[in-house]
Amino acid sequence: MSATFVGMPAFPVAAREALADSQLRRNLEHATHTIRAKRAAVVGEVDEWEELRLAGAAIKDNTLLHLDEYLLQLEESLQARGVTVHWARDAREACDVVARIAQTHGVDEIVKVKSMVTQEIGLNEALAAQGIVAWETDLAELIVQLGDDLPSHILVPAIHRNRAEIREIFRRRMAAAGRPAPENLSDEPAELAAAARLHLREKFLRAKMAVSGANFAVAESGTLVVVESEGNGRMCLTLPEVLVSVVGIEKVVPTFADLDVFLQLLPRSSTGERMNPYTSTWTGIAPGDGPQEMHVVLLDNGRTRALADDVGRQALRCIRCSACLNVCPVYERTGGHAYGSVYPGPIGAILNPLLKGVGVDEQTDSLPYASSLCGACFDACPVRIDIPEVLVHLRTKVVDAHREGPPKAEAVAMKSASWVLSDARRLGFAERGLGVASKVLDRVGRRVLPGGRRALGRLPWPGSLWTNARDVPAPPAESFRAWWRKGGRP
Amino acid sequence: MSARDEILSAVRVALRDADRSELDVPRDYRSAHASGDIVALFEERVVDYRASFARCTPDDLVSTIRAALGSASKILVPQGFPVELDGVPDADDLDSYDAVVTTAALGIATTGTIVLDHGPGQGRRALSLVPDVHVCVLWENQIVGGVAQAVARLDPARPQTWISGPSATSDIELNRVEGVHGPRKLHVIVVNEG
Repeated sequence: MSATFVGMPAFPVAAREALADSQLRRNLEHATHTIRAKRAAVVGEVDEWEELRLAGAAIKDNTLLHLDEYLLQLEESLQARGVTVHWARDAREACDVVARIAQTHGVDEIVKVKSMVTQEIGLNEALAAQGIVAWETDLAELIVQLGDDLPSHILVPAIHRNRAEIREIFRRRMAAAGRPAPENLSDEPAELAAAARLHLREKFLRAKMAVSGANFAVAESGTLVVVESEGNGRMCLTLPEVLVSVVGIEKVVPTFADLDVFLQLLPRSSTGERMNPYTSTWTGIAPGDGPQEMHVVLLDNGRTRALADDVGRQALRCIRCSACLNVCPVYERTGGHAYGSVYPGPIGAILNPLLKGVGVDEQTDSLPYASSLCGACFDACPVRIDIPEVLVHLRTKVVDAHREGPPKAEAVAMKSASWVLSDARRLGFAERGLGVASKVLDRVGRRVLPGGRRALGRLPWPGSLWTNARDVPAPPAESFRAWWRKGGRP
Repeated sequence: MSARDEILSAVRVALRDADRSELDVPRDYRSAHASGDIVALFEERVVDYRASFARCTPDDLVSTIRAALGSASKILVPQGFPVELDGVPDADDLDSYDAVVTTAALGIATTGTIVLDHGPGQGRRALSLVPDVHVCVLWENQIVGGVAQAVARLDPARPQTWISGPSATSDIELNRVEGVHGPRKLHVIVVNEG
C-alpha cells in the first residue's frame, strides 16, 4: 500500500508506456464508451439541462468570489452544531490533524469513505507512518489498495482493471488484510462485490473512527453531503463514534436550497444515473444517531493559488464528476496513471498546475499539453468549466516560466515560420522549395493519412521532437497561390 | 499567523482585483415539473433500479408489508411506525437482523428516490442500513415531481438519507451490480389515499 505518484515521469513519457499496454487500452475503451452512452441517455432526459449547468456555474462562481465570507459562515454553522473546525494550509497540516485525533482516541485503524481530497493529501501514507492503518471501503479503492496500485479515474479508481484481474487481487491479497476471499471466487462482478461486502463488514462494525471527504458543504446550515453508490459511505458516516471530514475550501455552497442544482447535475454526469443509490446529508451531531464527535478540516493546499488565477479560477467549480475524463480522446487512450496525479484527465491537466503552480516541476508543466483541445470536456462539464481555455492559458504560463536559458527548438521553428509567413516573396520562395521537396517526399512517405494524403515518417532530430507524437502530412506539390495563378486548373 | 487567518487572508489577496459583483443564478429549472401521473412515474423509476414496488390501500398495508418481508424473521420496526408489526424498535446487534420496515419523508418521481429524514417511523440511520432487506412505506401525497421540489420540502437540520434502489456498485467494468454494503433488497410500498 505504498504506491505513490511521486516521481512520475512527464506526460509524454508516461503516455507512451500506457499506449503500449493493449490490455489497458481494451479495459479503458470498454469502460469509457459504456459510461458515455449512459450519461448521454440520462442527460438527454432533462429538458432544462443547459439551464442547470448555467445555474451550477453561477452558484459556484458567486461562492468563490466571496469565499472568505462563506468559509466564516460555514465555520460558525458547524460549530453551532457541535462540530470542531480545523484549518489546514497544506497536506501535512491536514494529515497531522487527522493523526492527532486518532491518537487522542487511541485508535490504530480507521475506515475511509472514498474521497479525492484525502488522496490528494496522501492521508493513508501519512497515517501509516504514525502506525495507523486506513482501510479504504469503496470497492474500487479497495481493489487499488489491495493491489498496491494507483487510482486511475476520479469516480472509478480501478477502471484500468478488468474482472479477471480483480479476482486475482482479491484471492491473493484479501487474507493479509482481514477476512480472506471465498475459496471458489469466480470473476462474476456480483460475486466479487459479495466478497468485498463480507471482507469489509467486520471492519465497519468494529471501527471507532472514520474519515470522509464531502461533496458539498452548506455555509448557511453547516450541512455536509456525501454522494455514493455502495453504502460504504453510509456505514462510515453512521457506525463509528468519531467522524473526521476533510473538506477542500472550494466545496462550499451558500444554501441548502442550492443543492437542488448539484444533486441533479452530479449523478447524471458522474455515473450516468438519474440518481446515485445513496446520498447522505448531516448537519453536525444528531443526538442518538451516528458519530457523537465530529471534526471538519478545511483544506487549502493550493486552492487559494488557483483562486488567484483569474482565468484558472473556474477550475474550482469542479464537482469531481469525471464526465470530462470519460469523453476525452486522450484519457481514453492513455488512462489515468499517465497524468501522474490523483486528478487525471482534462480536469487534472488544469487542476494540478493551478494547485501546484507552473515552472516548479517538469511533470506538472507537461500536463497542459496533454490535450488536443477538442473541447469535448467543456461540453460535458456540468458546471461549464472551459477546460480548453484554461489549458491554453496555462500553456502560456508554462512558456513564460521557461523564458530564461537557450530557446527551445519549437520556439526557433516558430520564429523562422513567422519570418517566412510575414512576407509574400519569402513565402512564395518557401512554397516553391516545398513543392520540390514534396516530389521527393511523396515517394518516401510511408504512411497514408485518413483522406488519402501521404504522411512523412519520423523526421531526424530536431524534427523528431515534433514527429515522435504527431503526423506530418507530406507537403503538396503545388501551393494554392501557384494553382490560382494558373487559373485554378489542375 | 494561524492557518485559519492565513487561508482567509490568502483568499482575500487572491480576489483583490476580481469583480466581486453577484452573478444572476437562473432558477427557472425550479418550475420544471414532471407532468402526468407522478406516482406511476415514481413506480417506473423505482423499478428501473431493480427495487420491488407495490401499491396498496391502507387496509391491506400490513399484508403487503408481510409479503415484502417474505421469510425474514428478525425484523426492526422503528418507533412511530404507524401500523402494528411483529418487530423490535432498535437493537445493538443490528447485523443479526434480517429486515427493517420504515416510513420515509418523501419520494421523488423523476429519479425514483426515497428520502429518509430519520424522524418517527424511520429510526436512526444505521437501522435502515445494516439489515439486508429494507421495506419502505410511503403515502401517495408524499411523492413530489422532482429534485427541486424535494429539496424545498426537506429540513436541512435533520440528517437525511436519499435512497435510489438497492446498494449498488459500478466499479467492476462499469456494470451496475446490486448489493454491496447497504440493503441488497429494497421494497417500496405506496399507500393509496383513502
